[in-house]
Amino acid sequence: MVNLKINDIPVAVEPGSTVLEAAQSVGMNVPTLCHHKDLCVAGNCRVCLVEVKNNRTLQASCAIPVYEGMEVLTNTLNVRNARKMVIELLLSEHRSDCTKCYKNGNCELQDLANEYRIEDRSLLDLSVDKTLDRSSPSIEKDDSKCIRCQRCVRTCTELQKVSALTVAHKGEHMKIETFMDLPLYDVVCTNCGQCVNRCPTGALVERNYIEEVWEAIDDPTKHVVVQTAPAVRVALGEELGFDPGTRVTGKMVTSLRRMGFSSVLDTDFTADLTIMEEGTELLTRLKKALVDKEDVALPMFTSCSPGWVKFIEHEYSDLTNHLSTCKSPQQMFGVLAKTYYAQKRNLDPKDIVSVSIMPCTAKKFEAERPEMKDSGFQDVDYVLTTRELARMIKQAGDNFASLPDSDYDSILGVSTGAGVIFGATGGVMEAALRTAYEIVTGREVPFENLNILPVRGMEGVKEATIKIEGCVDAWNFLEGAELKVAIAHGLRNADQLMKQLAAGTSPYHFIEIMACPGGCLGGGGQPIPTDMETRLKRTAAIYEEDENMKIRKSHENPEVAQIYEEFLEAPLGHKSHDLLHTHYTKRKKN
Amino acid sequence: MVMDREEKVKKLNDHKEKVNQIFQDIDYCDILQKAVKMSSEEIIEEVTNSGLRGRGGAGFPTGLKWKFAAEQDSDVKYVICNADEGEPGTFKDRRILEEQAEKVFSGMAICARAIGAKEGFIYLRGEYNYLKQDLFNRIEAFHICLKKRGIDFKIELRSGSGAYVCGEETSLIESMEGKRGEPRNKPPYPITNGYLGQPTVVNNVETLVYTAMIVHRGHEEFKALGTKDSRGAKVFSVSGDADVEGIYELELGMAINEFVDLFGDGDTKAVQVGGSSGYCVPRKKFAETVIGFEGIPTGGSMMLFNSSRSMYHVLHNYLEFFCEESCGQCTPCRVGCQQLLHGIEAIKKGEKPATYLDELRKLAETMRIASKCGLGQSVPNPFLSIVENFREEIIF
Repeated sequence: MVNLKINDIPVAVEPGSTVLEAAQSVGMNVPTLCHHKDLCVAGNCRVCLVEVKNNRTLQASCAIPVYEGMEVLTNTLNVRNARKMVIELLLSEHRSDCTKCYKNGNCELQDLANEYRIEDRSLLDLSVDKTLDRSSPSIEKDDSKCIRCQRCVRTCTELQKVSALTVAHKGEHMKIETFMDLPLYDVVCTNCGQCVNRCPTGALVERNYIEEVWEAIDDPTKHVVVQTAPAVRVALGEELGFDPGTRVTGKMVTSLRRMGFSSVLDTDFTADLTIMEEGTELLTRLKKALVDKEDVALPMFTSCSPGWVKFIEHEYSDLTNHLSTCKSPQQMFGVLAKTYYAQKRNLDPKDIVSVSIMPCTAKKFEAERPEMKDSGFQDVDYVLTTRELARMIKQAGDNFASLPDSDYDSILGVSTGAGVIFGATGGVMEAALRTAYEIVTGREVPFENLNILPVRGMEGVKEATIKIEGCVDAWNFLEGAELKVAIAHGLRNADQLMKQLAAGTSPYHFIEIMACPGGCLGGGGQPIPTDMETRLKRTAAIYEEDENMKIRKSHENPEVAQIYEEFLEAPLGHKSHDLLHTHYTKRKKN
Repeated sequence: MVMDREEKVKKLNDHKEKVNQIFQDIDYCDILQKAVKMSSEEIIEEVTNSGLRGRGGAGFPTGLKWKFAAEQDSDVKYVICNADEGEPGTFKDRRILEEQAEKVFSGMAICARAIGAKEGFIYLRGEYNYLKQDLFNRIEAFHICLKKRGIDFKIELRSGSGAYVCGEETSLIESMEGKRGEPRNKPPYPITNGYLGQPTVVNNVETLVYTAMIVHRGHEEFKALGTKDSRGAKVFSVSGDADVEGIYELELGMAINEFVDLFGDGDTKAVQVGGSSGYCVPRKKFAETVIGFEGIPTGGSMMLFNSSRSMYHVLHNYLEFFCEESCGQCTPCRVGCQQLLHGIEAIKKGEKPATYLDELRKLAETMRIASKCGLGQSVPNPFLSIVENFREEIIF
């Protein structure tokens, strides 16, 4: 341990710790902006300055390592004045039209300005009203709000290995740009929104469709259905006064119903359906490879994460045949709402407005993909993030904390624990194994209480091997086979598995990939801040939700059985093929 | 004391006879011959005893830097010659490389021997690309000389791309690694984590030549020149309203008035010591100000201004330069430079009151202690020294 003194308080921390970490370890708060727990140290905003004895200059506490005998002062007049000046400088280049800003009330710069009482600003206003980039259906980029902290750049490079955003130019011209400053829509951007989740100001925000949804609800000629993704229910509470990891499923359903949605339904239902389709697809591919000796693309990749899908379309466009052809649960829901649901409810699909609540910004892009119109209409009309929903709840005037719980509507509203865990990294894999193993062997997966622990957790790349024994007759060819699976979350981790595949050394049969760290619960559309601590808490909540479900296997979902009987016939059947499966687009690498 | 040009040249010749080390032609092979017989410790001791401090401007004791690098336990270490001479008003490294490149290479080879490096790089200012072919040929010849003496060391040339900040050693290293030229957080310093994460010594062109001369002729001769805090001589680039311009090697510790007598045009009102990041010394302080680490240190740039010059324009010019050349990553430097520039413009135009200058001085003081690297920390040098000494010229 290294011993130092902060404001005369003795502190002992691990070697290699920063002064910021040391200060936090004894309950001292140092303001930060460019610092983010998920990212490498930048030390460039200079808000976290502190005095270190025997140093001529102030030091950025996020960047300076502790040493034995170090003496640090975090709250001197000198430090406060310097921080205040730094904040004032940032405000002078930031277009501070707070009351018109989407991030008003959830802006780290605004918070600091408030904390340091920056009222009598004397510096010149250097802000420029630059053109807003609204080319992407997912993300809005407003350079005039940017404070050059580079969190977005580090996110895009370190976590996602996409580098859609980079630092360009120097000095007064330095800014965060896409390749050649092209519109976001025209560059390699996966729309994952991890940058949005980390932007301390309003420079990067989701494209919001709140007003459009209110208008649809208010239109008496429209039947507005809403679906909610699994990861939303374990995070929404954070925006509404609850601690991270609080499950608010029942309150959320009540609130949506009170807002006036015609029907409040669950993406978890189509998550279960995805398992039926994707599980069958995997087993079919295995049969083709092992029995029919056909040349079939293995390993098969999951296709639920639209950020991941766009990533592979750009970076490994020759390997998209490895992607499952299954649409994501959002899109399966969308197409069924305007076909099956419309029929059952005796509605004209043109009158249905389909809204989805997602932890994700890439889902907004996915909904607008031209191929997602198999119902004859745009299958999903509006995608809102968890954050947008929270805003609507506040606008609606509900006292969320005091709302009673209620259940989803039916049909397309019944789900299982397997559907819920789609929200966590490893969840799709676990749900698929729970079903596929049972189809093949007639027995439950050989894990205590159905919990397949090896596929859970925050390790970047996870793998597991499941030996298949005691097959039922139809799947005899799999007897004794070892099913090898891998799971990656965060596109940098995904890229490792892709490189392995491209090199021809991938030993796996099935790979689950989620674009965002932690899976959907760490999605770009989730409450801010999202970091490892919140991701772990939301993960715990997801598995808690699973454990509390009566049914925990997709193939036991009664509504799933019903839809096959009444409408779809069989997994991978003709109708499924038309409505629930899709194809991919080759995209350029730059 | 007013001298005519002839007298000045004669005086300068006297100086040259006393200190001529950098541009004196000597056989570099002799230097190497001597160096190979010395141990790492002996070289470091010799350089340390000379009192040599870095000639790039910051003045870190060279012997100490080498000692720290030598102590690092690593098989791979690097020597980098910082030839990114970008300080406005400095042009001495260019001439050293044109005329005495082998002495620079020798300094690198000696440093390599002292710290245990096998590879060296010359990071050449982008604008000096015309020197590349000549330097390349001379490096080839130098490699042959090394080989003959069994010295395992090679030198590579790397080009900068024109960013001023890349003269800052960690930015230089980032640039060499193919990244954006931006300063790193320090610590760690290059001595422990430099180029490609390995222990690295970065020395200025002129520093390396002096180390070669110290090894060649012993530390006593070097130490005999200069003052207690500023040993030896240094090469100055003299420009502006000067009667005699150009590159001169002079003893450190000279008072500015003596310097002005030698170079000025008889009407010098201010001397900018150390280029755009240095200090402006007004006439009234010429006598009391010493050029050296105990007074005002300089990387070599000495700009003289006579009474026809507007100090507002001088400052404006420097600030424009910094707005352009800040790397842009840290707030105090990126935004501070713009605020200072547009702030004095606003005062000049009457859009801000004269008292706004005091706000700007506060800002400059913050930049000095809050910026990430030496660039932002030294913008206040010209700003405060000009504003404090020529307030009327800035305001009216």
